Amino acid sequence: MTLAEGVQLVAFGILTAMTLGGALGVVLLDNIVYSAFLLGGVFTSMSGLYILLNAGFVAAAQVLVYVGAVSVLILFGIMLVNKEQPFIPMKQAWLGKAATGGVCVGLFALLTASTLNTPWAISTEVPTGEMATVAIGIHFFTDYLLPFELASMLLLIALIGAIVLARRELIPDVAPGEPASEALQLPERPRELVSSGSLPDTD
Amino acid sequence: MQLEYFLLVAAALFCIGIYGLVTSRNVIRVLMSIELMLNAVNLNLMAFSNYLDPVGINGQVFAVFVISIAAAEAAVGLAIVLSIYRNRDTVDMEQFNLLKW
Repeated sequence: MTLAEGVQLVAFGILTAMTLGGALGVVLLDNIVYSAFLLGGVFTSMSGLYILLNAGFVAAAQVLVYVGAVSVLILFGIMLVNKEQPFIPMKQAWLGKAATGGVCVGLFALLTASTLNTPWAISTEVPTGEMATVAIGIHFFTDYLLPFELASMLLLIALIGAIVLARRELIPDVAPGEPASEALQLPERPRELVSSGSLPDTD
Repeated sequence: MQLEYFLLVAAALFCIGIYGLVTSRNVIRVLMSIELMLNAVNLNLMAFSNYLDPVGINGQVFAVFVISIAAAEAAVGLAIVLSIYRNRDTVDMEQFNLLKW
């Protein structure tokens, strides 16, 4: 990184404020659509932080995969699922939130203490910088070859699994005179018939 | 620039993610909190890779794997949410008692 120290510090401050503010918005805002858009902002500012850490390739991958794919996927999920539904208020919900907040603050204090007290073995070598893409490619095809291939298999499996799970199951029409099978009467099966919503005759 | 700054930001992001994971009642917000936590882990990997292993950059390679696993997780998680929503007609975490006892 050839930027001056002060420029790096200012950029780090701005990106940190965007990341943490966006993350708080994701968790705390009531409207989930705003949360999803803020999540995209969080991912984008994270990629800026990666660039500050000399990781150009991963920053590009972050923009492509997270901002381009995962955010859009989550927005699709919200639009397919979004139901204006007032949640039934729970008794003493604030108690759980306060306890969780306390645990999170405690965990953050613990992590802070251990971070500041550990003597990190900071390396003094010059970072790889712009050659990082070449170095990552060499890693992928030599010592990380098996995880690389396994990742491709996992993505294929996840793709097929997602399609199978999200596919709409259709129950075939019951022929007249024939008793409906047990499986069609379970309360959690979808009640859609193949013949596009037309109710069966009940005469 | 110090290694500790990045580690502190990642720790804060991770704690925010845990808070959202535990307290949210909307299923999709839970998935978003998981993504936040995975991003915090990635930031840690990047910081260690840059400051402790600047030539080998094993941390960056590992972060690419984490990103691909997170993408697969988001796809399968949203498919499960969609399937449950179709069967239960709700997105409230408190109403899901499948696999509970």
